[in-house]
Amino acid sequence: MSAPKIEIDSLWLPKASSTLAGQVDTAWNWAMANAVVFFFIVMIPLGYFMVKYKKKSDADVTSTLAHSTLIETVWTVIPTVVVMALFFVGLWPYLSAAVPPKDAFEVQVTAQKWAWTFTYPNGTVSPGKLVVPQGRPVKLVMSSTDVIHSFFVPEFRIKQDVVPGMYTTMWFEAKDVEETAVLCTEYCGTGHSEMLATVQVLAAPAFDQWLEAGDDKNLPPAEKGKALYGQWACGSCHPIDGTRGVGPSLKGLYGRNEELTDGSSVKADENYLRESILVSTAKVVKGFAPVMPAFQGQIKDAQVDALIAYIKALQ
Amino acid sequence: MAQGAITDTTGPAGYGDASSGKNYLNAEKGFLSWVTTVDHKRIGMMYLASVLTAFLLGGLMALVLRLELMKPGKQFLTADQYNQAFTLHGALMVFLFIIPAIPGSLGNFLVPIMVGAKDVAFPKLNLLSIYLYWSGAVFMFASLLIGGIDTGWTFYTPYSSTTSTAVISVTFGAFILGFSSILTGLNFIVTIHKLRAPGITWFKMPLLLWALYATSVVQILATPVLAITLLLLIFERAFSIGIFDPRLGGDPVLFQHFFWFYSHPAVYIMILPGMGIINELIAVHAKRTVFGYKAIAYSSMAIALIGFLVWGHHMFVAGQSELAATIFSFLTFLVAIPSGVKVFNWVSTLWKGSISYTTPMMYAISFLFLFTIGGLTGIFLGMLSVNMHLTDTYFVVAHFHYVMMGGTVIAFIGGLHHWWPKMTGRMYDETVGKIACALVFVGFNATFFVQFILGSRGMPRRYYNYLDQFQPLHAFSTVGSWILGAGLVLVAWNLIRSITKGAIAPANPWGGLSLEWETASPPITENFAETPILKHGPYDYFPAGSKH
Repeated sequence: MSAPKIEIDSLWLPKASSTLAGQVDTAWNWAMANAVVFFFIVMIPLGYFMVKYKKKSDADVTSTLAHSTLIETVWTVIPTVVVMALFFVGLWPYLSAAVPPKDAFEVQVTAQKWAWTFTYPNGTVSPGKLVVPQGRPVKLVMSSTDVIHSFFVPEFRIKQDVVPGMYTTMWFEAKDVEETAVLCTEYCGTGHSEMLATVQVLAAPAFDQWLEAGDDKNLPPAEKGKALYGQWACGSCHPIDGTRGVGPSLKGLYGRNEELTDGSSVKADENYLRESILVSTAKVVKGFAPVMPAFQGQIKDAQVDALIAYIKALQ
Repeated sequence: MAQGAITDTTGPAGYGDASSGKNYLNAEKGFLSWVTTVDHKRIGMMYLASVLTAFLLGGLMALVLRLELMKPGKQFLTADQYNQAFTLHGALMVFLFIIPAIPGSLGNFLVPIMVGAKDVAFPKLNLLSIYLYWSGAVFMFASLLIGGIDTGWTFYTPYSSTTSTAVISVTFGAFILGFSSILTGLNFIVTIHKLRAPGITWFKMPLLLWALYATSVVQILATPVLAITLLLLIFERAFSIGIFDPRLGGDPVLFQHFFWFYSHPAVYIMILPGMGIINELIAVHAKRTVFGYKAIAYSSMAIALIGFLVWGHHMFVAGQSELAATIFSFLTFLVAIPSGVKVFNWVSTLWKGSISYTTPMMYAISFLFLFTIGGLTGIFLGMLSVNMHLTDTYFVVAHFHYVMMGGTVIAFIGGLHHWWPKMTGRMYDETVGKIACALVFVGFNATFFVQFILGSRGMPRRYYNYLDQFQPLHAFSTVGSWILGAGLVLVAWNLIRSITKGAIAPANPWGGLSLEWETASPPITENFAETPILKHGPYDYFPAGSKH
């Protein structure tokens, strides 16, 4: 599982890491107070009656009171008032979540089985990692290339379905410099529970720097490839331990002869690996379904090089 | 029986002529006599056997799922097998168990007897309904042979219109099951309107009938929408007509509107009969007249009607407009009120009662505890901003299990014990019954209460694998599922054993006042030797000569 831990702050809730989270938690607290109070309003009389009115003998005479307009009105009206109040308590944070501030920084989110990709206004593409500035509203404009997914950041208390054929939006403002988990919460098939990502909150200057330079540190290509393997969630289909996944394992793949679905065979050299990443369904290994998305146009040449270097290293 | 309760029927069975030794079970013999019967009691018993089989299979699947979730990563299932197992668990439990369970079994058995009739209004349609049930079940199980289904029981598009698994078989099965449900509902509505015996006015009916009547209205009005939706989905898959799949110009959110337009009212098809049973258990085992009869009866109808207007609360983050979400949230809070009123009425019915702690009463009290938690956690989910955090997490899983299992299933098992002597003519063992109830109660809470915490901490539902930090709570829930499973096995053992070993049941073991207790246990085929005339209401536990 490649996602950071969700920091837990209390028995019930994660740490409140966005400006919205505090408002949602206030609503949660009212719901909890309501639940506890009404639970005892029901349970205390229930427990008392259970003991007090336990059958003593066949001669017990039971109450004939079958109706009381007063008490029935009271216990209809009071809960009605309470739930109407809770409706509004629940509504306010939702309204502020629904309307992004005008100056929000916009990031495009693309969901596909089973990975998240984040695209920035300057063209930077960040697979599997949403890097955002601290203390500045960020608006996400989201769409899916295949089925419905849902973007959930527990520490931010935000969740929104990501639907093919339409854009959905949401926004947040991160409070702390930290990393936290993004989870997919709309069932999307085999790799649903592996469809994770990271939100990395950077202080404003560090964020500007990151946006300018991207994430390319001066790592050896194989290590850069390993990082990309994690970010693009390649592992949700391609294991690296020799076991069978939705797709073939990458262990020992380089240099191997693979039999293809059309009966021919191919040696898995650099060119085959490159083609399989860019136009994934061109040559599919026998026994596997042609389900991998094409990455042409989404991935830089240097990144392909790095991934190939990583696969080579997996002997 | 409470002293001085109106007891015109002091004999073993006021209207049940058991002198011949014949009853509905032994009147005819052989397999053919069962599968060609039009006797509502026999059809009820066949439904009972069928829905309990579905419950057993769905329950085994749940135990397998919990075992896989003991630790993150692969234990013994692959991700695809896990996804198929939770889909089948949900589909079996919803379509083959909980929707038909109470109306099909206890409802079929009791409705005609409680209104003092010989049978339901359309006995042959009743037989057709169980044949449709079995046919639907065949299509559902057939999916197992052709590769399973991995969509979740909600069949959301475009996943369901594009996955390679056996979606058509299962959805066609659910389509057929819908007709079975409609026929049962139709029969109950007509039976309750037209076949009530002299003296049984609407407000002299046992409250179970009000609940089943409200349920039937929902079944008849909502189920056709599911049928249309599932047919459209089948057409989408087979002919790519472009209703739901955005690549063909369709709208995937439209499917969710259609689906929940049925499936939210279906939640009330599931819970209302359970609520109806609780009325009977509490009043009879506390020997006290129901407090607020009319409020309970009307609240059933209110739930059934308002229940049609809240489907959008399943879709707060699905991409519907903020205005729609706000309206649906508001209406959702309205539907909470009649449920709350019922709980207050049930607790008040224990006030100055004479409470016998029989197995059925223990289930009724378990219901009050579990359903209250289920209802109050529903308030969290109705609040828009809180819903945004909780929806599609284990909090929702815990919530609906508290309502569906802690509510409906607990009521169903309680009702099964309550009417078991009537249906089989045998008494189950009370001590074993109570121990089993306690195990179910403890196991249920151990399994599902921690799932509220898992969910509010951010654990999504339908996850095969999960973050390491959730492991201890998942393990706790899994151990709870074993206690729950053991309790249910004990329930089954106790009931099945009673058929051969149990004491012979008297006509009226609990001192009930509704009509089913005035015929023999088990009843004769015609239910009553002559048309019964109602001399007292179902809850008239009044001292002799008192004014009320």
